[in-house]
Amino acid sequence: MNSADTAALSTPAVYRSVGQAFWYRLRRNPKAMVALGVVLLEIVIVIFAPWIAPYEPGETDYEALWSPPTAKHWMGTDDLGRDVMSRLMYGGRISIAVGILAQITQVVIGLPIGAIAGLMGRWVDYAFMRLIDILSSVPSMLLYLLMVLVLPRGFVSIVIALSVTGWIGIARLVRGQVLSLKTTDYVRAARGMGADTRHIIVSHLVRNTLSPVVVSITIGIPGSMMAEAGLSFLGLGITPPMTSWGQMMGLYQAYIQTSWHLTVFPALVLSLTMLAWFVLGDAMRDAFDPSIQV
Amino acid sequence: MFRFILIRTGGLIGVLLAVSLLTFFLMHWVPGGPFDAMTAATAQMIPVELVENMEKLYGLDKPLWVQYWLFLKAALRGDFGYSYYASGRSINELIREHWPHSIQIGVLTLAFSAVVGLGLGIFSAMNPGKWPDFLGTGVSLFCMSVPSFVFAKLMQYVLAVKLDWLPTSGWEGWSEPKYWVMPVLANSLGPVLTLQRYTRSAISDVMRANYVRTARAKGLNRRRVTLIHIFKNALTPVVTVAGPMTASLITGSLFIEGIFRIPGLGWYTNAALGRRDYPLILASTLLWTTLISITYFVTDIIYALLDPRVAYVKER
Repeated sequence: MNSADTAALSTPAVYRSVGQAFWYRLRRNPKAMVALGVVLLEIVIVIFAPWIAPYEPGETDYEALWSPPTAKHWMGTDDLGRDVMSRLMYGGRISIAVGILAQITQVVIGLPIGAIAGLMGRWVDYAFMRLIDILSSVPSMLLYLLMVLVLPRGFVSIVIALSVTGWIGIARLVRGQVLSLKTTDYVRAARGMGADTRHIIVSHLVRNTLSPVVVSITIGIPGSMMAEAGLSFLGLGITPPMTSWGQMMGLYQAYIQTSWHLTVFPALVLSLTMLAWFVLGDAMRDAFDPSIQV
Repeated sequence: MFRFILIRTGGLIGVLLAVSLLTFFLMHWVPGGPFDAMTAATAQMIPVELVENMEKLYGLDKPLWVQYWLFLKAALRGDFGYSYYASGRSINELIREHWPHSIQIGVLTLAFSAVVGLGLGIFSAMNPGKWPDFLGTGVSLFCMSVPSFVFAKLMQYVLAVKLDWLPTSGWEGWSEPKYWVMPVLANSLGPVLTLQRYTRSAISDVMRANYVRTARAKGLNRRRVTLIHIFKNALTPVVTVAGPMTASLITGSLFIEGIFRIPGLGWYTNAALGRRDYPLILASTLLWTTLISITYFVTDIIYALLDPRVAYVKER
């Protein structure tokens, strides 16, 4: 059975556009819906943190320093008596925002580079590929660290640092797509029927590249979140008074023997978030691929 | 083949030059010099004249281009100079001291991940849709979504603090497993994920290949088909990821070595970054780059030897 038949079977004829078919197929995957629910819930929580969080992130409760989880502080407090749950909600703003913004920046840089390299070929392609070779030969964590040290400390710098090498993945992906599409029969057929380059780019290249790019963004967001968490864990990322999940873990990692809750809760929240994004990304890839039966 | 080796060697030299340039200038661009950091660390004021003399001694008063040129000339002879921080000790000596710890952790991690990753990959590909497949998916989701430093801290809490089965940190070499169990487990998340995924997809692809169906149809022994027709062909793509993985494992992880207080190269490089110990930063970056590039190179050659269809340079 070829892929068109499968798609026809699993998608009702009324869903004509790619987006509708995609949503129909995604909705039928329970894992994807749970993951999407977690992701959306978290985004809502961090956006409305000022109204939802029981305490202000910097609010100190000197009656409860280093408090383990209690009825008053569900996830305990830190050395200054700050509520861990509230700080997790505010920290999530930074963690999620860095993930999303870094990914957007990477796409803005990587997509045109990949497309230009693939379309132009010859020396342009060669030059970009050698640049990618060089950048991917430097240990990425070291490059992040150097960038973070060079740039002024702060939120924007972390996004920039993560994007310096982060665009490589997207660029490679888009270039690969462009190169393989150039040789497909339908593009050649379109050429043969006299379609100009603009038409081919708009109606073949963009449409066919869109879904892998969307999937790669969804999977890239938790990737960037992990990198931010790592940098902040080492004490080189987000600086107080701002906070992020990685920073919370890093600041209190030495106290794991006495105040486990300061490390364990951020660790669990971070892992759960990453899991939800990855599962969502995987399900989106399946939903975009008509050859996979959902 | 000879032409291929020649081209790749040229490429390797080019990449090394570019990486050393990039690291050198980025490193010097970072605010604060080696002797500022030292002042801050000891909370003592060092007289300006002393700092100037020190900078003169290490050649830091010269223009950057000259410094880079001097570094390059010495590096070609295998001499990376002296550490600014550990006074009187050469970089080569420091690397010889710290690297073996990272190598040991790296090799142990590689062995563990190879067994688990290949095992899970093979097992789940041979039983699609059954419990081994679900186990494989579960493990890969775990490896993907839990960052290694998070897993390290969680293990420290459960295995060392709560259950008191293992020491929280420390390192006594490979002969003391209780110290390396947690670092190796935490370090192997990434490698297990990669190996498992590659193995699974490679084996499922090969299992659908026509020659496997033919072999089965002509009534060959099942085990023979699995071992010779499936494994031998499926493991070729796995080789391509194993090489670079080994290189990055044996150079040590910043996180794992920091959390478990292992005096390896990853930890030492991170410390050197804070101390602006330029020669050490540069040397360990170049070490990493060289190892990665060489493994890519060797992997390509092995690949060509394993798969006769691969030809890198057109025959004339």
